[in-house]
Amino acid sequence: MSHSTVPRSRAEAHHPADRTPVASGGATGARQKAIKGRLSLRLRFRRDRVLLLMTLPAILLLLLFNYLPILGNIVAFQDYDPYVSDNGIVSMLHSPWVGLENFQRIFEDSAFWNAVQNTLVLFSLQLVLFFPIPIALALLINSVVRPRVRALSQAIMYLPHFFSWVLVIAVFQQLLGGAGVLSQLLRRHGYDGLDIMTDPSTFKFLVTAESIWKDAGWGIIVFLAALASVSPDLYEAAAMDGAGRWRRMWHVTLPALRPVIALLLVLRVGDALTVGFEQILLQRDAVGPGAAEVLDTFVWWNGVRNQDFGYAAAAGLIKGVVSLGLVLAANKIAHLMGEQGVYRK
Amino acid sequence: MTAVVDKPPVRKPSAWAAVPRPVWEEEPSRAGLAGKGLVLTLACLGILFPLWIVVVTSVSSRKTIDEAGGLVMVPKGITLVAYRELLSGGQVTRAAIISVLVTLVGTLFSMAVSVLCAYGLSRIGSLGHRWLLMLLLATMFFSAGLIPTYLLVQSLGLTDSYLALILPSAVSVFNILVLRGFFMGISQELIDSARIDGAGDFRILWQIVMPLSRAVLAVITLFYAVGYWSAWFNASLYLNDQNMMPLQNVMIQLVQKQEAPVGLGQAIKTGQLSGLAVQMAVMVMALLPVAVLSPFVQRHFKKGMLTGAIKG
Repeated sequence: MSHSTVPRSRAEAHHPADRTPVASGGATGARQKAIKGRLSLRLRFRRDRVLLLMTLPAILLLLLFNYLPILGNIVAFQDYDPYVSDNGIVSMLHSPWVGLENFQRIFEDSAFWNAVQNTLVLFSLQLVLFFPIPIALALLINSVVRPRVRALSQAIMYLPHFFSWVLVIAVFQQLLGGAGVLSQLLRRHGYDGLDIMTDPSTFKFLVTAESIWKDAGWGIIVFLAALASVSPDLYEAAAMDGAGRWRRMWHVTLPALRPVIALLLVLRVGDALTVGFEQILLQRDAVGPGAAEVLDTFVWWNGVRNQDFGYAAAAGLIKGVVSLGLVLAANKIAHLMGEQGVYRK
Repeated sequence: MTAVVDKPPVRKPSAWAAVPRPVWEEEPSRAGLAGKGLVLTLACLGILFPLWIVVVTSVSSRKTIDEAGGLVMVPKGITLVAYRELLSGGQVTRAAIISVLVTLVGTLFSMAVSVLCAYGLSRIGSLGHRWLLMLLLATMFFSAGLIPTYLLVQSLGLTDSYLALILPSAVSVFNILVLRGFFMGISQELIDSARIDGAGDFRILWQIVMPLSRAVLAVITLFYAVGYWSAWFNASLYLNDQNMMPLQNVMIQLVQKQEAPVGLGQAIKTGQLSGLAVQMAVMVMALLPVAVLSPFVQRHFKKGMLTGAIKG
C-alpha cells in the first residue's frame, strides 16, 4: 500500500495547539502550510482517500438534510401552493412569487407578536429560574464526601433527562392535572380540584417547572467536571490564608466555574428563540395558543396545520436569521468579556 | 490470584463511607450537614416520587385504584393485568415493537455513520479535514427551518416510510465531535505502528481505535438510542397511517388525550380493566428501557461529555 508509507505530517499531529481544529493562525499555521506544501494534492488525496470515504456518509446526510433545505426557504417569498403537485420541489417551481408579502403579513399579525412575546417571556423565566439550579446542585453534590451517595444521587438526577417529552408531560399530568395527585389531595380535604395542565395563566411556570424536572439534573454534569478540575492546592492555600468555607467558594470555586457559566450563558442566549418546541407543542391544544404559542409552534401551526407554507416559512426564516445573529452577537460579547465562547476567533 | 508483595492486606473502605477530609478543612456544622442532606433528599424524591406513583398505579387492581380515588401511592397487591392486556397483541404491542425496531436500526445506522465520520476527521492534517470540520460545525449555528425540511422529506418520497424517522435525524454533529475528540486522544504512535504493520484505516478503526473507545461509544450509543426511542414529532409529521405509529405517539393518544386503546375500550367500560392502570402501564413501558440502561452508562458520562464537545 503506497499511501501507508506517507506519514500524515506528524509534527502537526503532535503539536498540542493544533488539536483544536478551529484555532489556527500565527506560527503554527505557517508551519502547517510549509509541511503541507511538500506533498502534492494528488499524493495527499491518495494517502487520505480512505479517510475521506469514511466521512462521506455523514457529510452526504448533512448536505441533504441540513444544507439542502436552506434553499427551500425560497417558499417564504412565494404564495406556495402545496396542491400543484405531490412533490414539494415541483410545487415550489410552479408557485407564484410574491416578494415580501408574507413578511408584511407577519408583521401585521397579532398572533405572531403574541408568539414573540411568549417566546421571550419563557426564555427569561427559564434563564432566571432554571439556569442557577444546576450550579447550586453541582456545588451541593460536589460537597458530598461519600462516593456511593454521590453516585446514587447523580444517577437519580440524570435520569429524567433521558425521558421523552411525551413521558415528562404525562408524568406532570398525573401530578398536577385535573385527575392528578394534587387534585386528589385537595378533593379529599374538601376543596375543589385544580387542573394546572390546562391553565393558561400559570402555563409558563408549568413549562419552566417541567424543564427543571427534566434537565436541571443533567446540567450538573458540566459544572461537576469544572469543579473536579480545580486544584485542591488552591483550596488549601486559601484555607491557610484564613479563608473560610464561603470565602473559598467565592474566591476559588466561582472563578473556576466562570468560563463554563459564560459558555453556557452564551449558548443559551444564542438559542433564546428556541424554548422547547416539542414540549410546548404537546401542550398547545390543552392550554390554547394565547399562552402557549411560541415562534416554533407558530411556524408549525401555520405550515403543517393550515398548509400556509409560504407564510410559515417566512416566520421560520425570521426566527432563523435573528437566531443566527443572536449566536454571533453572544459569542462576540463573550470574547469581549475575555471568555472563550462557542468558537474561537 | 497473583502474589501481592508490596500491598499490605488493607480492607478497602466501603464506598458508603466518607472520604476523609483534608486537615485544613473545617468540620461541617451539624445544621449545614442536615440542610444539605435535606435538599439532596428532596431533589431525589422530587424525581422518584412521580415515577413511583406511575409504576404503583400500573400494577394496581381496579379495586385499589377506585379506593384510592385515582392514582395509588401505597401498593396493595400487585397485578400485571394491564400489562398482559397491552402486550397480548394489538395497538400498544405493535407500537412497542415498532419503537424497538426503529431504535435498533436507527442507532446502528447513526453509530456507523458517526464513528466513520469521527475517525475520518480525527487525523489532523489529512486532506480537506479543516473544510469538512467547518461544514459540520456550521450546522450548529443555523437550522434550515421546519417548513423547508418538511417539504424536502416529503419531496424525497419518505412520507409514510420509517426512513423518515431515521434519516433526517441520523447524524448529530455534537455526537460526532464528542467521538472525534476522544479518537484524537488516542496516541498517534499506536496508529502509526499499526499502519507500518500494514493495517488500513478501516482496520485501525475497528481493531485499535474502537476497542480503546468503549466508554465514549457506550455514551454516544445511549444518546442516539434515547433520541430514537423518545422521538414522536417526525412520526406525527411524516406518518399518516395510525398503524405505523411508534410508542410515544400512541402514548400521546392514550395518556394525554385519554383515548382507550384499540380493542380494550370495552373491557375498560365494563370495569374489568382500569383505564388508569392501562395508561400508567404504557408510561412504564416507555420509561423502563431508559431507566434500566442509562445508569449503566452513567460513569462514562463525564468522560464522554468533556472530550471534544466542550472544547468545540
